[in-house]
Amino acid sequence: MDSPSAKTELTPLMLRLWRNQEHRSKIIQIITIVVLFSLLGMIGNNVATNLEKAGKEFSFGFLNYPAGYDITFQPLISYSPTDTHARAAIVGLLNTLLVAFSGVIIATILGFTMGILRLSSNWLVNRIVYVFLEFTRNVPVLLHILFVYGIFLYTLPVPKKAISISDTVFLSNRGFYTPTPVFEDGFKYVLIAMLVAVLIVFFFKQWAKKVQDSTGKIYPVFFISISILIGLPFLTFFISGTPMSWETPVLKGFNFKGGTSIKPEYIALTFALSYYTACFIAENVRGGILAISKGQTEAAHGLGLRPNRTLQLIVIPQALRVIIPPLCSQYLNLTKNSSLAIAIGYMDVVATIGGITLMQTGKEMETMIIILLTYLFISLVISAFMNWFNRKMALVER
Amino acid sequence: MNNSSLEKEYVPGTHPNLPPPVKTTGPLAWVRLNLFSSTLNTILTLLAFWFLWEILPPFFEWAVVNSIWTAGNRQECWDQMSSPALGACWAFIENRLSLFTYGFYPGHLQWRVNLSFVLLVLALIPVLYENLPYRKYGFIYSAVFPFITGWLLVGGLGLERVDTDQFGGIMLTLILGVTGISFSLPIGIVLALGRQSKMPVLRILCVFFIEFIRGVPLIVLLFVASTMLNYFLPPGTVFDLLLRVLIMVTLFASAYMAEVIRGGLQAIEKGQHEAGDSLGLTYWQANRLIVLPQALKISIPGIVNTFIGLYKDTTLVLIIGMLDLLGIGDASLADSQWAGLAYEIYIFVALFFFLSCFGMSRYSLYLEKKLHTGH
Repeated sequence: MDSPSAKTELTPLMLRLWRNQEHRSKIIQIITIVVLFSLLGMIGNNVATNLEKAGKEFSFGFLNYPAGYDITFQPLISYSPTDTHARAAIVGLLNTLLVAFSGVIIATILGFTMGILRLSSNWLVNRIVYVFLEFTRNVPVLLHILFVYGIFLYTLPVPKKAISISDTVFLSNRGFYTPTPVFEDGFKYVLIAMLVAVLIVFFFKQWAKKVQDSTGKIYPVFFISISILIGLPFLTFFISGTPMSWETPVLKGFNFKGGTSIKPEYIALTFALSYYTACFIAENVRGGILAISKGQTEAAHGLGLRPNRTLQLIVIPQALRVIIPPLCSQYLNLTKNSSLAIAIGYMDVVATIGGITLMQTGKEMETMIIILLTYLFISLVISAFMNWFNRKMALVER
Repeated sequence: MNNSSLEKEYVPGTHPNLPPPVKTTGPLAWVRLNLFSSTLNTILTLLAFWFLWEILPPFFEWAVVNSIWTAGNRQECWDQMSSPALGACWAFIENRLSLFTYGFYPGHLQWRVNLSFVLLVLALIPVLYENLPYRKYGFIYSAVFPFITGWLLVGGLGLERVDTDQFGGIMLTLILGVTGISFSLPIGIVLALGRQSKMPVLRILCVFFIEFIRGVPLIVLLFVASTMLNYFLPPGTVFDLLLRVLIMVTLFASAYMAEVIRGGLQAIEKGQHEAGDSLGLTYWQANRLIVLPQALKISIPGIVNTFIGLYKDTTLVLIIGMLDLLGIGDASLADSQWAGLAYEIYIFVALFFFLSCFGMSRYSLYLEKKLHTGH
């Protein structure tokens, strides 16, 4: 009576399906989808009821209304309180990108310098950099930002007693003031000279490579290029009669007028983010260089390459492959950390649309969605670029 | 002919051991080799000395020699110096220590916070020390510890209730840090396994979640938690802000944790999985007994780095108005009695974070060394 086939009949269908690995994975996935969508449906339903209850509607129309608030730092595009919320958001976005861009450049330079100093055979320098790195890395970035900003606010003098260098550059607790270049008519020749210099360098490099390939003769390409790039525009500049003048900042009343002013918020944020990120980059650089085995250097020396050429041709190209992926995530971190701007009142994208616009219009959902999408987009673009760069640098194996 | 002793001939093997040349040993040689080995090194060394000379003595004078440790307010502090702000006014920190530790937690209930600190230390012991007897039971305690402390701090069930907006200072920092650390690891493991899963739905879901979280700054997620999340919940639900922030911080850290652990999982060769399969282990058994122990071991540095990052990121809550240690420090700068003592506060907070994070990273180094089975 109790034959095996009868037993299978008796086992419930579901249990049999569950015991089969393939079916089980299908069941799990179906359950996941059902749960996910019912959750999303529930959230959507809640959002609809909550919005209705609060008397709000979901629309992005508010972006076209005048914003009505001022943004103190708008170096890239003009903005006034009568402009729309959308323009305020764009000003904020540009401010974010400005900090990210300048921060990335400074952090890279600082990071590579510290990473190399950390490998220096000089014990004292090595230790000083080590202590600085460890201390900086183990303290929250927000504290660094507040600290640098605090130095600006509490220790720098008021504009009337500003620290100045020969009355052209001023540093006060209202910011950093430099002369603005005023371009006159003849400046276009300088621009043309720059373009020509770039073209010359481009062709010179190709020619030098050809010569090296055929005869083995090596030209100091780097120094020649640099001197062409700098020398030619300068020469044109002086020949065409220095077609540029400087507008220096002048103290009027309580603050400086004229010149270019760089706000303390921007300086504090950029500086703090750069040196904080640079400490992480330094560790990556150090790790990358250490990852190249000593045999590579020894082989290069054995081939008769001088130490400089060894570094340039053997060590750095290989080390870069190790350094670039973590470098990419450090750049992303810096960009994302720039959102801390709001803590010191720098008007970035979070502080404009996620701060004041949200407060004024009460559109929590819409503003947050805009910010989330903005950051996702920036992150995707940066990582796509770094992936492309990484692929270009990666080892091509046969 | 005086150097006859030098020219004395020895039978091979009988020459007495001579000391090494003076130039190659001893402190002088070390200095030569490490500080003045080349022109560039000499310049660097001199620059470094100049830098230290500029920085250290003034700082030492400010922080130690001229510092004041007891005073009622800033003016009293400065009256004790020959000129204002000549030295550090550590009296500020001392004066506000209870605020920095407990936030606005009611004074008569602070024993509950103290008890929680003790319980935290007890919970850490089984995690940190391998040779502890009855470590298994210790782990059970460590696992239930967050819930005990949660009850102890918030109250209810026989204890007087304390609103979470009265939490603050070191206590809040530790609550955020410890909760984030203890929950982000398991969630991160699940997410990492999900990302490696053969089931496309689960994999896509995990990838989407991880990439979404990693693409957005924490502060934006905290804003979402404090403004937008209420719309997602059924109408009328009151959801504590601290709890919302805790969830966001934990999810944020778990996405990063998942990526770190994925790196470890990818480093484990396929043969290990197959060995598990051939032994007849189920998916979870194979992962628990074979794959994860190896993967987690490799990813220890990354895991601890994520912990440290999370711990430092807890300071961001000050932007949405919660007063953690940095938040309270920053807020007390506005106190008219103590205004302008920014350095003291920032140095104190920085030291607190430095000690905890540096401790964590040292422990991870020790753990790495201990678990290293090197080949």
